[in-house]
Amino acid sequence: MSSPTPKPRLGTHTMAGLEVPLRAGPELVDPDRIGEPGTMPFTRGIFADGYQGRLWTIRQYSGFGTAEDTNARYRFLLDQGQTGLSVALDLPTQCGYDPVDPMARPEVGKVGVSLSNLAEMEILFDGIDLGAISTSFTINGTAAIIYAMYLATADKLGVPREKLTGTIQNDILKEYVARGTWIFPVRPSMRLIADTILYANEATPRFNPISIAGAHVRDAGATAIEEMAYTLANGLAYVDELQRRGGDVARFARRLSFFFYVHQDFFEEVAKFRAGRRLWAKLLNERYGVTDEKALMFRFGVVCGGSSLVAPQPLNNIVRVTVETMAAVFGGAQSIFTCAYDEAFQIPTETSAEIALRTQQILAYESGIGRSVDALGGSYVVEHLTNQMEDGITEVMREIDDYGGVEKAIEDGWLQMRIAERALERKQKVDRGDTVIVGQNFFARDDGERGVGETFHVDPNAAARVVEKYERIRDTRDAVAAERTLAALGRAAANDDENLMPYLVDCCHAYVTVGEMVERMKAQWGEFQEPVRL
Amino acid sequence: MNTSTATTVDNGPTSTPLRGKRILVAKPGLDGHDIGAKVVALALRNAGAEVIYTGLRKSPQQIARVAVDEGVDAVGLSILSGSHLELVRQVVECLGAEDAADIAVFVGGTVPHEDHADLEALGVRGIYTSDQPLAEVIAALAAALA
Repeated sequence: MSSPTPKPRLGTHTMAGLEVPLRAGPELVDPDRIGEPGTMPFTRGIFADGYQGRLWTIRQYSGFGTAEDTNARYRFLLDQGQTGLSVALDLPTQCGYDPVDPMARPEVGKVGVSLSNLAEMEILFDGIDLGAISTSFTINGTAAIIYAMYLATADKLGVPREKLTGTIQNDILKEYVARGTWIFPVRPSMRLIADTILYANEATPRFNPISIAGAHVRDAGATAIEEMAYTLANGLAYVDELQRRGGDVARFARRLSFFFYVHQDFFEEVAKFRAGRRLWAKLLNERYGVTDEKALMFRFGVVCGGSSLVAPQPLNNIVRVTVETMAAVFGGAQSIFTCAYDEAFQIPTETSAEIALRTQQILAYESGIGRSVDALGGSYVVEHLTNQMEDGITEVMREIDDYGGVEKAIEDGWLQMRIAERALERKQKVDRGDTVIVGQNFFARDDGERGVGETFHVDPNAAARVVEKYERIRDTRDAVAAERTLAALGRAAANDDENLMPYLVDCCHAYVTVGEMVERMKAQWGEFQEPVRL
Repeated sequence: MNTSTATTVDNGPTSTPLRGKRILVAKPGLDGHDIGAKVVALALRNAGAEVIYTGLRKSPQQIARVAVDEGVDAVGLSILSGSHLELVRQVVECLGAEDAADIAVFVGGTVPHEDHADLEALGVRGIYTSDQPLAEVIAALAAALA
C-alpha cells in the first residue's frame, strides 16, 4: 500500500474541527469557568484531592469462551495487580439468545464469555470475593437479567448485596445508534432501565446501575464533540424517564456514571472530559434544580484504544494507548481500560493483555502525572479548547432537541444516518492523508508487516462445552420453579407499574436461562424494528 | 425484510466503475458493528452501484433469499465477531441451495490473515479490512465483477 501524499502535516485543527491557536495566551482563559477541583463547576475534577485520594480503577475488559476459561484469565489479572473486573460477554448473551439457538451457535464464546444462566456465573466468579472487588459488565439489551444474575450469585455466595460494587452498562439508547445489541422497542427498554436503576438504588447502593456511553458512537464515527453531546442527551433522556417512574433525581443522579473512548488528539480529549463534566453539572443544576454536589458529579470510565488501533505494525499501538491513557488521566477519569496492542484484530493474548495493564501501572506509579489534581488546568490551550468544546457540545444537543429528542432521532434512524455519514468522512480523511496513521497511510512498510507472532485462539470446543452444560442445567433444575418464576415475570412485564427486577432475580435463582427470560418479555413487548436507512 | 437504498454522499472525484452492478451488503449473525458495512455501502453507491443494505442480525437463509429476490451480482458480508468462517460457509451453502452459486461473495471486517485461505476455499472472491483505502476496495470489486 502506498502513501497518499509524501509528507504528513501537523494541521491546525483538532479531529473534531476545533481550531487550535498557534499562540494561546491568558486572554483565552476565564478563571470563573475553571473554578476549583471538587466543587462546581467541576471543570477541574470531581475530587478535591484528585488521584491522591483514590487512584483510577485499573479495569481490563476480558472474557472469552467458557466461564471456566474466563475465570482463569480473571485470576491471572487480579494476581498481576488489576483492581477491578470487566466482563466481556458473548453476543448470544448480549442479544438474549440461548447457546442452542441457530442464530447464536456460530457466536458462542467468541467475543466474550457465554453466561446463559446462574450456574455459569457461579463458575465465572469461583474463588473471587465479590464483596472485595468491583465488577463491570458491558451489557445492555440483557443488562437487567445479568444484574439480577449477579445479585443471585452474591446471594448464593453469602455476600451481602449492599457490599457489591461495580457497574452494568445498561445504556440501550446508544445500542440503537451504534453497538447493535438491542432487543426490545425503545419504550419498554427505557422502562427496564429505569427499573434497574430504581431497584439498585435500594438493593445495591454502591453499585452503578448505568454507564451512559459515548464510546461506541465515537468508535462508529462520531467526533469528540458529538460523542459527548449524544451521551449527555441520552443521559438527560434517562433522567426524564426515571422521574416519570417516580425517582428522585437528587438520589438517582448520584449513581449515574459515564463511559467514553479516548482517541489520539491529546488536547481535544483532555478538553472533552473537562467540558463534559462541567456541562453535565450545569444541566442537572439548571434543568432539574439539583444542588447536592454529590449528585452533580460526572463520574466516568474510559477505553484507550478501540478504533484508533490499527493492524499494520501493531506494536505501535502500545504507544497510542500510552498517549491516550495520559489524556484520560489529565481528563480526570475514574476508571481506565487500556486495549492490548493486538486488539485491532484478535482477543488479546496473555502477553499483550499484561503490557496493557503495565502501561497503566507505569503511568500511575512511575510517571507521576497523577500527583497534582488537574495538572493541565490553567493551560491556555486546554482551557480554550475546553470552552470551545462545551460550546460545540451544547450546539449538537440543541440540534437533537430541534429534531424532537433522542428517542425520535433513533426511531427514525436520523442519528444512525448522521454517524454513518461521519464515518465515511473519517475514512475519506484517512484515505486522502488528511488524517495521519503512522504505519498505515504514512510510513508504511512495503512488506506490509501485520502479524505479531503469537496469536490467540478461543478453544474450538468451547461452544460444545457451553451447550453441554446448558442442556444439563435444563435437565436437572427444578422445572416447576423455573416455569413458576417465568410466568410471574411474564405477568409483571404486562403491568407497567411493576418493577421487573425482583421477578428477574427469582428467575435467575431458579436457573431460568437468559433466552427464556428474553422470550417471555418479547412475547409482551415485541422487538425493536431497526430503521434501515442509508 | 426491511432493507434500504441510499441517498448520495459526496465521495470526492466522480468515477463510477460499478455502474450497472447490484450489490447486497449484509450483516449475518449477531454482530452489531455496522459502521463498516454502512461506509462501504455508501462508497459502493458513490461508485455507481445499486446497493441494498440488510440491516443487522440476519440469518444466512435470509441473506441468500434477499440476494436472489433482488437479483444481485454480489454479496458483501460484514463480520467483526470472529465468526466469519462459520457464517460465510452457511451463506455460501444457502446461496447454493437457492441455485445462486454464481453470485460473487466478498467479506469485510476483522478477518485474520491465517483465515484467508479457508475463506477463499469456500469461494470468497475478496477479503477487505478497515485499513484498506476505499478506492482500492472499489477497484478490486470492479475488476472481480467485470
